[in-house]
Amino acid sequence: MKKIYSSAEEALDGLLFDGMTIAAGGFGLCGIPERLIDAIQASGVKDITIASNNAGIDNEGLGKLLRTKQVKKMISSYVGENKEFERQFLAGELEVEFTPQGTLAERLRAGGAGIAGFYTKTGVGTVVAEGKETKEFDGETYVLERGIRADLSIIKGWKADESGNLIFRKTARNFNQPAARRFT
Amino acid sequence: MTTHDLLTKGWTRDQMAARAAKELRDGYYVNLGIGIPTLVANNIPEGMEVTLQSENGMLGIGPFPYEDEVDPDLINAGKQTISELPSSSYFDSAASFAMIRGGHIDLTVLGAMEVSEKGDIANWMIPGKMIKGMGGAMDLVAGVKKIIVVMEHVSKSGDPKFIPECTLPLTGKNVVDMIITDLAVFQRPDHDSPFKLIELAPGVTAEDVRQKTTAHYVE
Repeated sequence: MKKIYSSAEEALDGLLFDGMTIAAGGFGLCGIPERLIDAIQASGVKDITIASNNAGIDNEGLGKLLRTKQVKKMISSYVGENKEFERQFLAGELEVEFTPQGTLAERLRAGGAGIAGFYTKTGVGTVVAEGKETKEFDGETYVLERGIRADLSIIKGWKADESGNLIFRKTARNFNQPAARRFT
Repeated sequence: MTTHDLLTKGWTRDQMAARAAKELRDGYYVNLGIGIPTLVANNIPEGMEVTLQSENGMLGIGPFPYEDEVDPDLINAGKQTISELPSSSYFDSAASFAMIRGGHIDLTVLGAMEVSEKGDIANWMIPGKMIKGMGGAMDLVAGVKKIIVVMEHVSKSGDPKFIPECTLPLTGKNVVDMIITDLAVFQRPDHDSPFKLIELAPGVTAEDVRQKTTAHYVE
C-alpha cells in the first residue's frame, strides 16, 4: 500500500468530501500540519467539522479555513488567539463544541482505540456535562464522553519511514499522537 | 518602604505569585496557568526540587530561551517558546491529561473571574462577550491534588470576586482549596468546610476584607 506521496494534494486525492469530519494535530501553531491545511483550503471542500485543540490565528493554520468559511463546526478547547473565530461564533456563523482539552485528547485516543465511551470527572457540574449521562463511582460523579469518529486525520510528524511510522519532535507531538489513532 | 507600600494596601502581582510559591514542597509536580501563575516559577525556593508540567506534553520546563536558541517545536501552555532541562521529558496530550486527571500533579495555580464560598470557580467564559474556551482548566480543577486560585480581590469595576454563588459559567464545582488575592489569603481544610481567612496582606485589615467580600468565610 502506498504511504509516501510527493505532495499534500496527491495525498488527499479522493479523500475529501463536503460535510466530513477531520481530526487535526497541533497545539497553537506548534505541530500543525500546514501543507495539508493549505491543500484542504485549495480543494474548496466545505461544511467541515474539525476536531482540533485550537483554531490557529487569523490567516495561519486552521484560521485559513475559517477565513474561507469552509468550517461548519469546531470541536476545540481554546480559541482565544483567533479573533475571526470569536467573531464567527458570537455572530452565530460557526458552531462550536467547547471541549475540555483533556477530554478532547482522550476522545481522540479512545475513538482510535475502539473505546466508544469513557467516564471522566472533568466538566461535572458545568455546561460541558449538560445533556450527558453521568454515573457514580465510589461516591463521585463522572460524566460519559464519546470517542471521536473522524473521516480523516491530518498530522504533523518530524520523520517518517515507508511503513508509515512517525517520530515527533519535542512539544510538536501534542495532539498529533492521539489524532493519528483515527476511529474507522 | 516603597512608594507602593505607602500609597496602596495589599500585594502586587509578583508578591501574590511569591505567596503562592510558599505552598510548593520539595518533590512536587506542578502545573502553572497562564498570566499571574507563571510568575510563581520565578519564586521557587533555592534548593527545592519542583518539576513543572506543561499541559501540551512536557515535564521539566526550562527558562525562556535567548533569541538564537528559540525553537518553534518547544513551547509552553501559554504558547511561549521555552527551553528544556537535562531532566525534561516529552509525551502526547492524552498522556499529559492522564497525569492531570489521574491525580499525579500535586498543585496547580490558576486565575479566576469568580470563586464562590463553596469553592466553585468560573474562569473561562463571559456569555455574549468573551468566549476563549476552557483549555485545560476544567481537567486541572477536576484532577490536581491542590487547587490554588490567584486573583485580584475585586474586579476592574470594583465588584467582589469572592462571592456567595458564581454568576458566570463554571469551570469546576467545589474544587478550590486556597484563594490568594491582593488583599488576603483564604484556605479550607477540605471540600466540606468553609474558607477561613488565614492571612492579610501588609496594610490590609480584616474590616477591609469584609467590606470587599460578599462570600461567607470564617475568621
